Amino acid sequence: MHFLEFEKPIAELEGRIAELRHVSEVAGTSITDEILKLQSKATRDLKVTYQNLNPWQKTLVARHPDRPHFLDYANSIFTEFIILSGDRGFSDDKAILGGLARFKGRSVMIIGQEKGHDTETRLKHNFGMAKPEGYRKAQRLMKMADHFGIPVITFVDTAGAYPGVGAEERGQSEAIARSIETCLNIRVPLISIIIGEGGSGGAIAISSANKILMLEHSIFSVISPEGCASILWRDGDKSKTAAESLKLTAQDLKKLGLIDDIIQEPVGGAHRSKEEVFKKVTEKIDKNLKELIKVEGGQLRARRREKFLAMGRIEKKNLSE
Amino acid sequence: MNWLTNFVRPRIKKLLQPREAPDNLWLQCPNCKEMIFHRELEKALHVCPSCQHHIRLTANQRLELLFDNKEWTEIQLPNVPVDPIKFKDLKKYSDRLKLAQEKTGMHDAAIVAHGNMGKINVVVAVIDFSFLGGSMGAAVGEAIVSAAELAIVQESPLIVIPSSGGARMQEGVLSLMQMPRTTVAINKLREKGYPYIVILTDPTTGGVTASFAMLGDIHIAEPGAVVGFAGARVIEQTIRETLPEGFQRSEYLLEHGMVDIVVHRSDLKNKVVQLLSLIMRPDPAAPILPLNKNRKSKLFESIKSSEHNSNSNIIDPSIPDTSLFEVDGNDNKN
Repeated sequence: MHFLEFEKPIAELEGRIAELRHVSEVAGTSITDEILKLQSKATRDLKVTYQNLNPWQKTLVARHPDRPHFLDYANSIFTEFIILSGDRGFSDDKAILGGLARFKGRSVMIIGQEKGHDTETRLKHNFGMAKPEGYRKAQRLMKMADHFGIPVITFVDTAGAYPGVGAEERGQSEAIARSIETCLNIRVPLISIIIGEGGSGGAIAISSANKILMLEHSIFSVISPEGCASILWRDGDKSKTAAESLKLTAQDLKKLGLIDDIIQEPVGGAHRSKEEVFKKVTEKIDKNLKELIKVEGGQLRARRREKFLAMGRIEKKNLSE
Repeated sequence: MNWLTNFVRPRIKKLLQPREAPDNLWLQCPNCKEMIFHRELEKALHVCPSCQHHIRLTANQRLELLFDNKEWTEIQLPNVPVDPIKFKDLKKYSDRLKLAQEKTGMHDAAIVAHGNMGKINVVVAVIDFSFLGGSMGAAVGEAIVSAAELAIVQESPLIVIPSSGGARMQEGVLSLMQMPRTTVAINKLREKGYPYIVILTDPTTGGVTASFAMLGDIHIAEPGAVVGFAGARVIEQTIRETLPEGFQRSEYLLEHGMVDIVVHRSDLKNKVVQLLSLIMRPDPAAPILPLNKNRKSKLFESIKSSEHNSNSNIIDPSIPDTSLFEVDGNDNKN
């Protein structure tokens, strides 16, 4: 397992436990008590650490290489997932994947950014940083879902839209703007789950949803802490401070009324027990889908629009508490 | 708010006010470094006479350029949460805001006004880059939303003139949410059938281009304006290459299909009026539609219609004249 810097003490403990287990097996001596004691200390430490993660630590957890990514969710909590490719104009961008699937028997359209899990897949999916064709594919799939009355569930996990020459040439801004527009105009339920990094425009492009849910240790931000630090502090080392200032955690955003719900992660983060995360995410999708599916299409759209229109109007909601 | 206070008083005020002498009589073109006499520059609508570089304008200069007789009514925008996440970097965001307000005399980066343009009533929202880089927080979002709502109430076309670095990071995700928020407003306007024209000016990037600024019925760009999603520096760092000449400039966008026309500043108003008239007056024998009924919404109160052009002296850009812009030192010195 990949350990983060602040997990070092826990990693050492777990290392010692593994060592003791090995010794006890080889020598046949019973040191179970010792192992159990260490084990419970490790669990306790992990719990305390994860309960008190600061925004920068959460950023690192949200980017954890072992964290479940879109395809893990797609293949675990849905059945019959059929990937649909291409924007019908230029190419197929594998940073955003999507397609039809079933959720508890019901047809759904799922769309998400895939970061990849090793060098080969990371390159294939461009680290989850989509180009215009990715956002145009997302638009196409959302419109298709709208056309057939199929709910849309999006999974957000991106550092941001890809900043490159080709992306600019083909209209990155327009693609994102239209993708936001499509999210806002469809008359089917739209649920968005931020599973890792919700990076700026590249994230909101597919998450202007009826319900925005965030995993407990995911982040959602207008700019990366590193980018913010280099612009405002003129010092890339101030990322930790920037992360704190940006209010990018699920807990802060829930408090500010900018997201709808938080999905609890297992102790030690989503990467420690994927099955548990899939179960929790399934429950939340089920709950929200059941609620939204009862609402008429025009109403769904109207409510989604009103929700975003109200974000920044003081008389309706005081964000500064 | 009536005809007297709106039009007569400012005119009288303007007549009585002594014209201030500009601090700098000579300005340097930021592009070709040529020294330009301020009167020359004003006459040329702040376009460098030797290299045609379009120098950035303030929000008020923008309005002066477009409205008939430089007359318009600015509306009071609804209040927004100030410093919603209590942001602090090297300075407090609230202090940065105050400083920007003092420097520009604006409340936030965007203003909304309505008035006649070629005798057609239009609503204009303009973003001033000199106010915190024209960045979009709740206030700029509110300006776009209010402008779209006002255009619907007045049954008028909407013209948005952005110049912005993108979302205002000091407002966190609330600034990001202004992207869907403004998109909703623009869509509501479009559903009513009123035209939405975007005039892209230098520079417009990030969350602003990736939302309302790229959703116009028609996209006009001033020559040489930088318009794009990611900043050039970010792209260079990502791809580790120097960017091609003219990258993300208006002409580049035109070539790649992102804007409809690139229009020289001296022809800007004419083109806008012409387009509006073609869209709204398909039959020249018929009256101009939507009608300018000067309707007032309960939502909007007009403000300081007398103050905004008291310091200005611009005339219809289509008619050559010797007294055009007052040099506003802030933006044009560098």
